[in-house]
Amino acid sequence: MIAVQNLTHRYGDRVALSNVSFEVKQGEIFGLLGPNGGGKSSLFRILSTMMVPTEGSALIAGNDVARHPARVRRQVGVVFQTQSLDKALTVQENLRAQGHLHGLSGSLLTTRMDNAMQRLGLEDRRNDLVDTLSGGLRRRVEIAKALLHKPQVLLMDEASTGLDPAARRDLTQHIENLRQHEGVTILLTTHILAEADCCDRLVLLHEGRIVAQGTPAELRSRIGGDVVVLESADAESLAAGIRQRFAAPASVRDGEVRVEIANGHRFIAEVVEAFPGAVDSVSLHKPSLEDVFVRETGASIE
Amino acid sequence: MNNFLLPAATLWQRELVRFWRQRSRVLSVVASPLIFWLLMGYGSNDLARYYSGTLVLTVMFSAIFSTISIIEDRREGFLLSMLVSPAPRTSLVLGKILGAATLGWIQGLMLLIFAPLAGVKIGLAEVVPVIAAMFLISFTLTGLGFAIAWKMDSTAAFHGVMMLLLVPMWMVSGALFPMATAHGAVKALMWANPMTYSVSLLNATLHLPNATPGATESLLVTAGFGIALLLLSGMLAAQKSTRSAA
Repeated sequence: MIAVQNLTHRYGDRVALSNVSFEVKQGEIFGLLGPNGGGKSSLFRILSTMMVPTEGSALIAGNDVARHPARVRRQVGVVFQTQSLDKALTVQENLRAQGHLHGLSGSLLTTRMDNAMQRLGLEDRRNDLVDTLSGGLRRRVEIAKALLHKPQVLLMDEASTGLDPAARRDLTQHIENLRQHEGVTILLTTHILAEADCCDRLVLLHEGRIVAQGTPAELRSRIGGDVVVLESADAESLAAGIRQRFAAPASVRDGEVRVEIANGHRFIAEVVEAFPGAVDSVSLHKPSLEDVFVRETGASIE
Repeated sequence: MNNFLLPAATLWQRELVRFWRQRSRVLSVVASPLIFWLLMGYGSNDLARYYSGTLVLTVMFSAIFSTISIIEDRREGFLLSMLVSPAPRTSLVLGKILGAATLGWIQGLMLLIFAPLAGVKIGLAEVVPVIAAMFLISFTLTGLGFAIAWKMDSTAAFHGVMMLLLVPMWMVSGALFPMATAHGAVKALMWANPMTYSVSLLNATLHLPNATPGATESLLVTAGFGIALLLLSGMLAAQKSTRSAA
């Protein structure tokens, strides 16, 4: 449904995207995960036809975003990171105006608006001014708006920015519903790990490059076993000691020693015994997408 | 055709609904030209002389406010969804300019209430020409604002343009002194200044003095300038770019 090939984008001398390629299948929820400035926004702008890439191509539903933006715009619904609603208008007026931009009118538009509002639980707010809505509700209006023309693809840029955890869960639920009931293909950008975990597949973007791609489970399985983090007054020498004694890959980041290792619980007992007094605190967790990102880039996402 | 007219109509309507819901903003547009006019007019004991200029200033302020909102609206607002909609950009430009022009027109018409102070009587014969001229002027100035604002990233830059270009243009438009008494280079500037033709068009339709250039010439120049700016705005908005549109 989406095919990105060797996409490169430069702003003057600064390279924002470097040779990025990936494909998204119909009905997938696909995530672009990475820190701010990693290239997500540039990719989003190119896919949403707001900007022409300097090299490479991107096809959505078979249409090239740079060469046939009008065709692409008919197939794509866009939810922006910033608000794209008119605050002085009501929910219904915003939807109606959006429908008109897509050439919809009359009873067809009314039906579409009713369906979209029902789908996103906005019926009782239809006559409220957008200015009076909470952040979570506004996001839902944005999504309803993006769905009016029944796009095959929904592009969402940092859709959960500024939402509290409850509203974020609620949003994730709505996204999942859309995929299930409407068969919409969804591409979202995020720097929030919980949100990335809900995607079917992900690419990890760092400094304009794809550093890893796959399902969240596949990505996590790149790290064998557990992640053990040790705090120590002298992290460097502790890491060196661990590498020597356990032949385990120990790295130091932010004054902490990180070790990826199978059977982490046993390792903890051994390491504390082997270096008495050197370990101030210990934690163990199953690998998260953050760990994968750290491993691939040496940088953190959030 | 529906795909062209419907988006334009919905943008036009949106401007009016917003205007109606934020009526208090009218004051900021209408009040300052009115105060300028009363101070200058009473001070120099010649309210009539500055009347047409005041009407143009009101329309210009309205056009500036409307087009400044393009810059904000594009970064965070309804214009974002316009940019990724399949509606032709030319239709969006037309809708936005007509909408903003209508607001400028309405606010300009409000100042017509004060015409008697300037000794102007607006009879049946004048009503239609005056109203039409006001709309044409508003349309042209809004087009000017749009063409300037579209490529701008910040409202701060627009303020610069306003103070360095638009306000000086207004000052040498015949709003403050007639072309007949102007000297040297300024006189040439006045000939080249499209706003001069707005002021003289109003002077002509209101039967005020200093209606030079003449009515027909003023009408043609103002209309031609307005159409040229509309086309230019449409072209600017339709350009593809490797820089982001928002």
